[in-house]
Amino acid sequence: MNLDDALKTFVIESRELLENMEEALLKVEQSPDDADLINAIFRAAHTIKGSAGLFGLDHVVVFTHNAENVLDMVRAAELRITSELVALLLETCDHMGALIDHVEAGNAPPEEVGSRSDELIDRLKSHANQGAASAPESTAMAVSEPPPFVREGDAAGSGVESDNWHISLRFGRDVLRNGMDPVSFIRYLTTFGRIVSIVTLTEAIPGADQMDAEDCYLGFELNYQTTADKATIEGAFEFVQDDARVRILPPHSKVVEYHDLIQSLPEEEMRLGEILVRCGTLTPAELDLALKAQTEARAGGELEPPIGEVLVSQQVVRPAVVEAALQKQKQVKDNKGGDAALIRVNAETLDEHINLIGELIIASASINLLALKSGVPEQIEAASVMNRLVENVRDSALQLRMVQIGATFNKFQRVVRDVSKEIGKDIQLEISGAETELDKTVVEKIGDPLTHLIRNSMDHGIESAEVRLARGKPAQGTLRLNAYHDSGSIAIEVTDDGGGLSKERILAKAIERGLVKPDQALGDNEIHNLIFEPGFSTAERVNNLSGRGVGMDVVRRNITALRGSTEIDSVEGVGTTIRIRLPLTLAIIDGFLVGVGASSFVVPLEMVEECVELTQEEIDASQGRDHLNLRGELLPFIRLKDLFDIPEPPAAIQDDEEEEGEKLAIDPELAFLLQPVKRENVVVVNYAGHRAGLVVDTLQGEYQTVIRPLGAVFNGIEGISGFTILGTGHVALILDVPGLVRRVAGRDVRRHALASNYAPSEQTA
Amino acid sequence: MADMPEAVCPALAIAGEFTIFTASTLKEQILQTIRQAEMTEVEIDLSNVTEIDSAGLQLMILAKIEALGRGKNIHFTRHSDPVLDLIDLCDLAGFFGDPVLIRSKN
Repeated sequence: MNLDDALKTFVIESRELLENMEEALLKVEQSPDDADLINAIFRAAHTIKGSAGLFGLDHVVVFTHNAENVLDMVRAAELRITSELVALLLETCDHMGALIDHVEAGNAPPEEVGSRSDELIDRLKSHANQGAASAPESTAMAVSEPPPFVREGDAAGSGVESDNWHISLRFGRDVLRNGMDPVSFIRYLTTFGRIVSIVTLTEAIPGADQMDAEDCYLGFELNYQTTADKATIEGAFEFVQDDARVRILPPHSKVVEYHDLIQSLPEEEMRLGEILVRCGTLTPAELDLALKAQTEARAGGELEPPIGEVLVSQQVVRPAVVEAALQKQKQVKDNKGGDAALIRVNAETLDEHINLIGELIIASASINLLALKSGVPEQIEAASVMNRLVENVRDSALQLRMVQIGATFNKFQRVVRDVSKEIGKDIQLEISGAETELDKTVVEKIGDPLTHLIRNSMDHGIESAEVRLARGKPAQGTLRLNAYHDSGSIAIEVTDDGGGLSKERILAKAIERGLVKPDQALGDNEIHNLIFEPGFSTAERVNNLSGRGVGMDVVRRNITALRGSTEIDSVEGVGTTIRIRLPLTLAIIDGFLVGVGASSFVVPLEMVEECVELTQEEIDASQGRDHLNLRGELLPFIRLKDLFDIPEPPAAIQDDEEEEGEKLAIDPELAFLLQPVKRENVVVVNYAGHRAGLVVDTLQGEYQTVIRPLGAVFNGIEGISGFTILGTGHVALILDVPGLVRRVAGRDVRRHALASNYAPSEQTA
Repeated sequence: MADMPEAVCPALAIAGEFTIFTASTLKEQILQTIRQAEMTEVEIDLSNVTEIDSAGLQLMILAKIEALGRGKNIHFTRHSDPVLDLIDLCDLAGFFGDPVLIRSKN
């Protein structure tokens, strides 16, 4: 890993940390006493500062350091979490993000970023000083080097009872050869103090054969009583500074520092009792007592309690210390368990991989077809096995790109918080379905439309507190984000408990803008959907949020570009739900291949409900109205041949097929596949609760499809959402089922509307 | 030999410096003594040790561990003052488990 890569990792990790920090900040505002959250926030700042220091990013370090100071005071309960402080910390968080952006771009931050740093530092400092006034001493300590460990409750803040220094010594291998004797240092200590207890560590001595008599393997843990100051004690080890690891803990050290010591001990798998003795927290006698209790318990036939438990129950050590020791032991085991659970992969590499799998699918379709034509059973078998494997590979590859929508949702906590402050409404955001997965590219593109919908709901949907109370609703508005899977697509709902859409106002506005004619009769849905029309706004006043040129039409356009659709459920006075439906993935779908004339079309398989034959009787019964009776239900249908103006297959192709007729005769199934009996079929599709039939000539079965976008020239074509290449090398068009269903549904609504308005004329026609 | 009537186990007597300078040689001697012992009790006489340092201490620990590994008991006997001093300093009397004279601390 070169420096650039390392820096990239730093940027990515910092962003993640900042995201966590923001999330925790938003939560901590609701529960200011949650130590876990406060620690999470502190850790994020602390880690970024530390990593930035490694890269010499001094401006980041200086800025983050100030934030960290304030956070440390919060952690030590010297500062209270207030909404003011959270606001300041959120700004700090944003600014850290800005600094990281500059690091990523590789440029020095411009002047205004620097002055913004200074401004925020000043505000952080003044905030810290308010807190410091009440507890000046501890602030000074916190600034110097805050220990990166949890201080739990009051037990953590105070020091241990021990009046003694604790010294931890590990000597290097060559100490003896260099003419120094470890015990002489200990002996020297006795000249200005008293060794209360000492533990000699002998574990490092290897087996008799490996041991070199001239190497030093010893380590010592001392409980030392002296009136001398730290410098004097340090001075005792001056000569071995380079050859030994010396750690000195002053008397009454905080429990966290013992934590620290235990964590930093090199020994693995050491027994808890020994660790405690080494810490000087326990004397060997206390340990013996504990051991005895354990032995007695065992003799009494009870299950042997772990030694940590015995010690705690006898009140000999503080639970926090035992916990640290246990944690260390667990860590040792966890590390051995392997920590490569996640790896980072470049998104481009992943896309490349998915593209290649797309090619593989096309190639395997072609092989399948050739195998089928050859009629060799072994080859057909081999091809089908390969087909199945390719399908599995496709599924697992697509799974790689699936991410949970939760992260995206959580970002809106901030949006809701900021916007509700801005417009002076008290609104809370509820999130559900955060674990729903969808394609990463979709997630990235859904952010902006969702932001707009949320802002819109907050601004126009939810009423002011007075109005809400008058209407008998709680003063606090609720915005709900929900996601779930629904027949091959993901539905994302933005729900508010606001005033709902006013049909009259929308209609009046639409008539004013000339979007609908005054005498036009519209269904509820159609009226609601008018808000997606360009240039439509019912807001009586233009404020910071609305009227910025990003209308709901842009939202709809963005969603349509993702092959998605929008729906609105709204009840006046109760609330509005805007539902977005999106395909789960943009790249590969399971398709259903149909033939119309000489052309092939692909219908996304998830939307296919069933296939029925279109008999002459039904055509007659429909009286040219393009509806058929499907088990007593009215099903509108579209003739693809008419829609796309497809001519009957030219004679030439039929000739070709006749030439092959002999071969086909050998395999009747193949013959049927390639030249089925002439009849029309209806593919019943379902999208977002609407059903429609597509009339086609032939049904050709399931087909995995790589969606390729149409070029810009064909982008506007209605009813087509992309194309794909078949195994034969021919092109098949992918039908835009949502578009087609909308078309059919729209046609119906208009007809019904017409029918109700002009009932007499309809009858005569 | 006459003054060691109950010397039923093979003994090794370490004399003079028991330090880094003699450690290599003494390591071989001690290990050999332990390995060749036919009895389970092995005795090492420390009465004539004039000087001991960490290297010596390490060897004593090694001898103890090695003997235990072979199912034998090693006894260090008649500790000289420097040895007692060091064992006391490092609080290893319990580790070795040999009866030693407890000296008054003054």
